[in-house]
Amino acid sequence: MADELKSTVLHGLHGALGAKMVPFAGYDMPVQYPMGVMKEHLHCRAHAGLFDVSHMGQVILRGAGVAEALETLVPVDVIGLEEGRQRYGLLTNATGGIEDDLMIANRGDHLFLVVNAARKDADIALLRAGLEPKGITVKQLENRALIALQGPEAEAVLAEHHPSVAEMRFMDVATVPLAGAECWVSRSGYTGMDGFEISVPAQAAETLARSLLAHDAVAPIGLGARDSLRLEAGLCLYGQDMDDGLNPVEASLSWAIQKVRRRGGARAGGFPGAEPILEALAHGVDRRRVGLRPEGRAPMRQGVPLFAQAEGGTQIGVVTSGGFGPSVGAPVAMGLVADDLAEPGTRVFGDVRGKRLPVDVVALPFVAPSFKR
Amino acid sequence: MKFTEEHEWLMVDGDVVVVGITAHAAEQLGDVVFVELPEVGTEVVADDEVVVIESVKAASDILAPVDGEIVEVNEAIVEEPGKVNEDPEGAAWFFKLRVEDLSALDDMMDEAAYKAFIAD
Repeated sequence: MADELKSTVLHGLHGALGAKMVPFAGYDMPVQYPMGVMKEHLHCRAHAGLFDVSHMGQVILRGAGVAEALETLVPVDVIGLEEGRQRYGLLTNATGGIEDDLMIANRGDHLFLVVNAARKDADIALLRAGLEPKGITVKQLENRALIALQGPEAEAVLAEHHPSVAEMRFMDVATVPLAGAECWVSRSGYTGMDGFEISVPAQAAETLARSLLAHDAVAPIGLGARDSLRLEAGLCLYGQDMDDGLNPVEASLSWAIQKVRRRGGARAGGFPGAEPILEALAHGVDRRRVGLRPEGRAPMRQGVPLFAQAEGGTQIGVVTSGGFGPSVGAPVAMGLVADDLAEPGTRVFGDVRGKRLPVDVVALPFVAPSFKR
Repeated sequence: MKFTEEHEWLMVDGDVVVVGITAHAAEQLGDVVFVELPEVGTEVVADDEVVVIESVKAASDILAPVDGEIVEVNEAIVEEPGKVNEDPEGAAWFFKLRVEDLSALDDMMDEAAYKAFIAD
């Protein structure tokens, strides 16, 4: 291997828990624990799961006019984001493609961002180039871990450590003392379920993780189940379901662009790729990300080509993420298809090992969300 | 019982060889969610891809260990792929091959050799 793998501060804990480790985004990460992907997934949906997501980038933006400044890089209403609230966002490029997706939290005197592990170096560079000339400081935090606690019992578990978290609603952010340290908690996650993401000082991370895992309801969850959970929730994985060549409308992420940044809005445009993105919002696109439900039992994985007919014809799309959905009990997938085939109920065909198998376009998500609104 | 480097087990019953995957292989694959078996009557040559098995993680092929004719397949694991994880070296056999020349099995590993093989 050319580059040394990095590890998170919880690496030793993963080993102690018997995790199977794999390289992911430059980090040595747990893909599963002895419970296995299927049981981890189902446990998280039924009880609660703990995820080490410390490989993700944590960034603080600080300075006068920080919200206005960040709006020049994202097609998102940042100015309207109230203190103590978080919002999903996208970093776009000049052609309207997506450089990354991220979480933006208003923590009063600063903005706190969480970005994808595989993209954090590129994101930091992009943020520095765009924001530092405007007098905004961009600080990547290397001394904090990130732990997600997800599932229907997450609130009860975390409330035993600090009762205030029970008062938080979906996408609230707050400072909460946990494991004797100042933690930054958001009521969010990437599983389609209620839960929390906890930014914790590195030196307290293992203590916090162990104290959460001490609850019977909580099991450690690896990247394998994290992927099947987010897929069932209809959530995009950067590099698969979205990338720098796909605009937010094509990625079916138009909902992330608030009205105020669209044509006719008070702060319309003014972000990279505004022209092609606003044009796509107004007049449509040629392809869209959709949910896909294979008819049989065979999973349709990333890269499976899609056709309109069972025989002949040209390719009309491709599976971008796919596998078995343990909660659905059947294969599930997402893919890009031609716009005229993107309507739920449309039947298309996926070429799996040379056979065209029927697959239906369906509405996302596959599993109804259970956020605490 | 004989074992291949592809982590299959073979059990000889007259001129028929029952083929499955080892417990070690099942554990490495993870939770099996899909199995596609060959048609009964298919003539196969050693190393032909005869079975597709998909776990929550990935798709894998299972190769014919020797030349022969598929005489029976285990539909129960198509209906319930999870059986492959529960009882890989018993109820979750994959297919039965009628084999003319059983001498190809002579060079295969016995259980002790296979255990040493997977320990490496």
